[in-house]
Amino acid sequence: MLKIENLHASVDDKSILKGINLEIKAGEVHAIMGPNGSGKSTLASVVAGKEEYEVTKGSIIFNGEDIEDLAAEERAHKGIFLSFQYPVEIPGVSVTNFMKTAINETRKAKGLEEMPAKDMLKLIREKSELLEIDRKFLSRSLNEGFSGGEKKRNEIFQMAMLEPQLAILDETDSGLDIDALRIVANGVNKLKSKDNAVLVITHYQRLLDYIVPDFVHVLYNGRIVKSGGKELAHELEEKGYDWIKEEVNA
Amino acid sequence: MSKYTEDDLREELKTKQYEYGFYTDIESDTFPVGLNEDIVRAISLKKGEPEWMTNWRLEAFKSWKEMIEPEWANVSYVKPDFQAISYYSAPNSKPKYDSLDEVDPELLATFAKLGISLDEQKKLSGVAMDVVVDSVSVATTFKKTLGEKGIIFCSISEAIKEHPELVKKYIGSVVPQKDNFYAALNSAVFSDGSFCYIPKGVRCPMELSTYFRINQAGTGQFERTLVIADEGSYVSYLEGCTAPSRDENQLHAAVVELIALDNAEIKYSTVQNWYPGNAEGKGGVYNFVTKRGLCEKNAKISWTQVETGSAITWKYPSCVLKGDNSVGEFYSIAVTNNFQQADTGTKMIHLGKNTKSTIISKGISAGKSQNSYRGLVKISPNADNARNFSQCDSLLMGNECGAHTFPYIEAKNKTAKIEHEATTSKIGEDQIFYCNQRGINTEKAIALIVNGFSKDVLNKLPMEFAVEAQKLLEISLEGSVG
Ligand SMILES: Nc1ncnc2c1ncn2[C@@H]1O[C@H](COP(=O)(O)OP(=O)(O)OP(=O)(O)O)[C@@H](O)[C@H]1O
Ligand SMILES: [Mg+2]
Repeated sequence: MLKIENLHASVDDKSILKGINLEIKAGEVHAIMGPNGSGKSTLASVVAGKEEYEVTKGSIIFNGEDIEDLAAEERAHKGIFLSFQYPVEIPGVSVTNFMKTAINETRKAKGLEEMPAKDMLKLIREKSELLEIDRKFLSRSLNEGFSGGEKKRNEIFQMAMLEPQLAILDETDSGLDIDALRIVANGVNKLKSKDNAVLVITHYQRLLDYIVPDFVHVLYNGRIVKSGGKELAHELEEKGYDWIKEEVNA
Repeated sequence: MSKYTEDDLREELKTKQYEYGFYTDIESDTFPVGLNEDIVRAISLKKGEPEWMTNWRLEAFKSWKEMIEPEWANVSYVKPDFQAISYYSAPNSKPKYDSLDEVDPELLATFAKLGISLDEQKKLSGVAMDVVVDSVSVATTFKKTLGEKGIIFCSISEAIKEHPELVKKYIGSVVPQKDNFYAALNSAVFSDGSFCYIPKGVRCPMELSTYFRINQAGTGQFERTLVIADEGSYVSYLEGCTAPSRDENQLHAAVVELIALDNAEIKYSTVQNWYPGNAEGKGGVYNFVTKRGLCEKNAKISWTQVETGSAITWKYPSCVLKGDNSVGEFYSIAVTNNFQQADTGTKMIHLGKNTKSTIISKGISAGKSQNSYRGLVKISPNADNARNFSQCDSLLMGNECGAHTFPYIEAKNKTAKIEHEATTSKIGEDQIFYCNQRGINTEKAIALIVNGFSKDVLNKLPMEFAVEAQKLLEISLEGSVG
């Protein structure tokens, strides 16, 4: 589904990603871990098409198509979703209104009619129940005054609404309390199928107890320096990153 | 109105091209350019006005000659040459029409292009419209229904003839002839406009609506509006404008006077969309407007405005809160793009006890435009327990535009409570990327963010106007980012 080859990316001439190789197939769950500042969020942004970052080398192939020249919204229309590490506030725009716009814009891009209000309401009801979100919450301004945990849960609600093919979850677990973590992970698992894939970026093994990865990768200094199965996450939790850094620098 | 949510708005929203750049060639009879006493007399004569009106105009003209154009506003422009303007122009195909079928087809085509076909408007929204095209009303609708309730809704020219006692009593009572330079000019040469009277205790059953347009090269337009809500009555009045695009500047200096007698309420909503000039800052309408309302005891006046047009806007809808317990409100969205300049705001003059005012101003600037809020809250010595709340928010798009806030407060009574809040924000790249990531393109994202920013004011508009307003916001900001 997603194939990243020798990806280099920089911002303001500062090189951040320095040759990433990663292949994610339909039905798989991948986890990326790595120290602060190693380039995890940058990788997510580059895949999602943030213009600020310049791809200097390499390619991103999504379902057989090189998406380098596609705008961020076009990538979204093709089924790429990013749950942001720091979701932004949009004052005066309710969650419902935002979602309605997002869904209808995506449908429009696919040549479909707008979703009838009835179906929209049904979808909202279904997904808000899945994530145990009080529907009153959905009439609030997007992310404005949301607690850290509420923001993250709302990101996953949006994911549930949009049903993407590839979901990239950037530190969705940080800020969630124990119950919320379970609810959110449960939501992600319910949406999992053999046709879609998830890439979770996290610092903690805890999330991976719920969303069990098929592969774990360690990103360090703009490169994937180690890959393994879910046990790698346990190892990192125990030992930290020093041994990896030593391996790399050796 | 409260049930009409932003969601409903979006439902109806379709992006439209700015397609108002056209010009209808209705044969017109136009005065030679220039202004002197003879011209003032001629206007009055042409309109068949009584002598008191002619004299009133002449008085205004006399004051105007002594006045100079104000320069305190935060706008810069080449001053209009008042001797190079023609002060009267009327469509030739007069008499009044009973039905739309009789109206000049070219005019109807114009309306169709504007998307405000009278027929549709009438049916869909139950709006009675007094359409002002080039200074003379050519169609008045729903007069009968209104007539049954004793409501008078007609052109000011007609009112001067048919209801002289009302006009004589109230014209100039809120905005005196020599109030300011533009008001004096208007008082001398006003061509037409609307008049509305709601009798005691009557609730006007529909939104009254007037569409103003400017449609004659080099013809300044000087509208005069007078709305009187008698004791315990209620009226909601809508005013909307579009103008053909034109290369030379067109001057517009309107005066609107509202009178809310004891326990009456007037809601006055405006969507203003005059030609702002092209992307290089050429052309565009100069809009110098004086709007003021007077509240007697327990009365309430709300001004709601969405200003997207004009090259220069100079406009301060105000409330004189004369009666005890009276309430004044001002809700405004002002959008400037390219080289537009807007200096707009309000004055709340608290004279009575327990008077209350609310000001919510949303300024959106893009391109190289300048957007200023100028507000005065004045509490007089007798206005015990007066309250004001003001909120002025500015949204900037790009680095070349400007937003300015000039709040003036004069409180001469110690019991006054005045609160002022102001914010300035920018549409961030992160916000846009967030929307993009959810499948919303940049143009749409900006519209969404702008609508969110303006929501508090959009919600105050009557429904059909809110939809129009939202369309205008999108049109005005098209292509303003990336
Ligand atoms: N727009 C930018 N301008 C300048 N530097 C940037 C920009 N974006 C990212 N960087 C830098 O690139 C590096 C990688 O940042 P990134 O956010 O991808 O790290 P991360 O792995 O997600 O870290 P964390 O675990 O703290 O979230 C950091 O040094 C960061 O400061
Ligand atoms: Mg990060």
